[in-house]
Amino acid sequence: MSDPHPITITVNGQARSAIVEPRKTLADVLREDLRLTGTHLACEHGVCGACTVLLDGSAVRSCLVFGVQADGAEVTTVEGLAPAPGELSDVQAAFRDCHGLQCGFCTPGFVVSIHAFLDANPAPTDEEIRSGLSGNLCRCTGYAGIVNAVRQVVRERAGGPPTEGVPTVAGHAVTTLPSAP
Amino acid sequence: MTATQAAPGSGVGRFLGQSVKRREDARLVTGHGRYLEDVLWPDAWHVAFLRSPVARGRISTLDVKAARALPGVRAVLTGADLDPLVKSWWQTAMGKDSPQPPRRLLAADDVRYAGEPIAMVLAESRYLAEDALELIDLDIETQPAIVSDHRGRWGAAKDGELVHPEYGSNVASTLPYPGMPDSNPALEEVLASAPHVVEETFHQHRYICVPMETRGIQARWDPARDLLEIVSSTQNVHEVRSTVSRLLGLSDVQVHARAEDVGGAFGLKCFVDSEELAVAAAAYSQQCAVAWIEDRNENLVAGGHSRTEDLTVSLATDADGKILGIKGHHVEDVGAFPTYGVGGNAGLAMMMLPGPYDVGQYFYSAEAVFSNTCGMTPYRGPFLMETVAREQLIDITAARLGIDPVEFRRRNMIRPDQLPFTTPTGLVLETITPIETLDQATEMIGYADFRKEQAAARAEGRILGIGIASYIEGSPAFGAAGAEQVTVRMDMAGQALVFMGSGSHGQSVETTMAQVVAEELGIDIDDVRIVQGDTISSPYGTGTAGSRTATTFGGAARIAGQKLKEKILQVAAVALEASPDDLEITDGVVSVKGTPGAAIGMEQIAAMAYAGHTMLPADMEPGLEAKHRIRNPPLMFSNACHAAIVEIDRDTGAVEIKRYVVSEDCGNMINPMVVEGQITGGVVQGIGGVFYEHFVYDGDGNPLTTTFLDYLLPTAADVPDIEIGHVITPSNTPGGFKPMGEGGAICSPPALINAVRDALAPFGGLPNVQPLTPEVVLDVIDGVPAV
Repeated sequence: MSDPHPITITVNGQARSAIVEPRKTLADVLREDLRLTGTHLACEHGVCGACTVLLDGSAVRSCLVFGVQADGAEVTTVEGLAPAPGELSDVQAAFRDCHGLQCGFCTPGFVVSIHAFLDANPAPTDEEIRSGLSGNLCRCTGYAGIVNAVRQVVRERAGGPPTEGVPTVAGHAVTTLPSAP
Repeated sequence: MTATQAAPGSGVGRFLGQSVKRREDARLVTGHGRYLEDVLWPDAWHVAFLRSPVARGRISTLDVKAARALPGVRAVLTGADLDPLVKSWWQTAMGKDSPQPPRRLLAADDVRYAGEPIAMVLAESRYLAEDALELIDLDIETQPAIVSDHRGRWGAAKDGELVHPEYGSNVASTLPYPGMPDSNPALEEVLASAPHVVEETFHQHRYICVPMETRGIQARWDPARDLLEIVSSTQNVHEVRSTVSRLLGLSDVQVHARAEDVGGAFGLKCFVDSEELAVAAAAYSQQCAVAWIEDRNENLVAGGHSRTEDLTVSLATDADGKILGIKGHHVEDVGAFPTYGVGGNAGLAMMMLPGPYDVGQYFYSAEAVFSNTCGMTPYRGPFLMETVAREQLIDITAARLGIDPVEFRRRNMIRPDQLPFTTPTGLVLETITPIETLDQATEMIGYADFRKEQAAARAEGRILGIGIASYIEGSPAFGAAGAEQVTVRMDMAGQALVFMGSGSHGQSVETTMAQVVAEELGIDIDDVRIVQGDTISSPYGTGTAGSRTATTFGGAARIAGQKLKEKILQVAAVALEASPDDLEITDGVVSVKGTPGAAIGMEQIAAMAYAGHTMLPADMEPGLEAKHRIRNPPLMFSNACHAAIVEIDRDTGAVEIKRYVVSEDCGNMINPMVVEGQITGGVVQGIGGVFYEHFVYDGDGNPLTTTFLDYLLPTAADVPDIEIGHVITPSNTPGGFKPMGEGGAICSPPALINAVRDALAPFGGLPNVQPLTPEVVLDVIDGVPAV
């Protein structure tokens, strides 16, 4: 029963195979067997959300799913969200614009969760945004930059004007120089 | 809503003072960060620790034979295997001879807190290592634990059984230090004669760092190279190297420590604790690679604890509310094995208790006690008890005197005309702005109007309150911590590598320090890269901690940049046949002022400085490299005022934070976006501490909050938008920067508690307890006496 099983998972559009023990979590399979280390583990008991991935389109905690359960499924990790190498998804760009991360350890889980959240609710209220984010823990930012990042994506996807400058956590009006990265 | 009051010359330039987006982010938002667990060596043996299930007792059986026999297990190490390797164990900042509890890598004879490591398994995977733990036969004869309960703990730790028999006392340390006066007779006279003396004891519960990335380390001893190689999740790689080399009797050149991306720390990763040292010792003795990634349960139970203290403060005033004197007595629980020395923060709390006020006579005493609990570790604003207690007592005193708490503060704050102001503890405050930040915060939150709104709300049966708190953030930069070095090296192609002994773990150092250097050199920020966190390439340093990065590394970067700029201009002057004084750098091009045609690019200057050195004057050293090791004051200061409005649900006791305002003065801001991020993150840690987070032991020393289901962190749904105002008064250190990373966490607890206290005033007032759970709040509303 504990013999390793061969599994195949379509990860970020690519069929990937591994031979894994039944007890090995999807998170560990992704990180160790498939070398996709963007999915982070910060509690391993399903509370913090850092390990969130999309499993057949739904956001799940990959620390609470066994790798063998994902056999045959499609998984999207934080590495698979950007449209092309060197580019950022709109959520990822908004995190950078709004200072939605400091140490960055929780960020992959937030980014994946927010993609799923906004797919389900493209026009959330502020209260819905905060509630939608409450399944992920961040210890650095105080969430302000993350909430602002979601607000920015909602605004942009609704056809709002492109974001100019850097909307900081307090909405502090500042100018970004053209030469800044 | 944000206001900014800037003094002239507040340091805004092409990059300085700009909210430059972070260069860390592209890799971190796409999952391409490299944290320790992402870069584990393929040949590393994975560690799981067997930990004590009880707080205190004698180990009667420890049989690891079956575990050693499990296939895939390389070794099961006990104290008998590892502790004989220990040559010397101390922390650089504390010094070799500083008192500390007896240290051991693994408990062999007895255990002294629940979670103490007893044995370590090295196996092919963490899964297998944990399988092996289950095969270890462990029996412990339990002894009564020296653990305090929530209220009356301090007596228990003084009598009877000892946490550390070798230490001879459960009292870990006391203040005043030997040789200092043990009283202040002038203060006693004031307390005996003042019209008003208010004394209260404030309690702060145990809450802890919990970075999202836990602790971790991998180490490999390679005898053929004569090198112990370490990668650690740390704030301070040089401390990792020093502690490990001392421990094993190696020299500093036999140990190479570095860090990759570090997923938060908040003080937890300043020092090197027993598990990390056990990994290094195991790698050394087994001559192999060993890796340990702490899991969350280990992190909560054994990852270092903080707060857990009482402060009794007596405050004397005249009839008009002018403070005449303050006396404090501080009692701290430092657990069994504090990560540094004997733990405790009273020395700095003593210096900072007067805060931004002119307090007259002053005296402070303190006692730190051991207990059979997890040892104390620094946590953001480690000595914040001084602000937590003082700001509450000011509100209580003002209420008793019938003076508005804002007016009471304004009457007692250090005025601009008193600067530089020498405090009773000898600190010289030169550029603080307590009254300006109080004014800005109260204006932003609409203090005057709120009182009317509150009265109307109370008439409707709603429970609203406002809380104010002010503080001075003292950033200790004692010893080597005040003397950080930055080296700027421009190679042949004309871009700058910047080497520093910092250890960024979320502070945006790769961005902010590049801003400083690019500004000085006049080159693009994309042409500057920061190199840190590596004992081979970084200048000796003390890492990132204590809010010092802007002031020490930033100041040094500014001067190193100026020195390199001078050299660049000297070389360019040769090429352009001009005087260096007539040259300027614009966007990476050096030109003669007023003669745009006479110009030379940075790449040509660099080529000349290295390859064309024969063209340089004989007394000019070739190359483009400059360094500066700064000499900063041992304590640097910023200040702020926080204001919070809360509304309490009278049925559930839930507290909603309706507004939260911060007015701060951290001098010249390198990057306002980063400054505001630090403030907001700190404030939310305070929100967690006051309302949610509480590490709980039962009366036998068993930890009860061992998962994130029990140890509750605030979520996005629990926090408001934080509104921030800036008063900008440059410091007198290079760049005019001030320390600010911890202040959000220091001042938010009293601001929030004061708001709840104000809200509950009609119900008879709030007991001096933390955390402010719904039960505590409901008991006040329902008139249930505090336990």
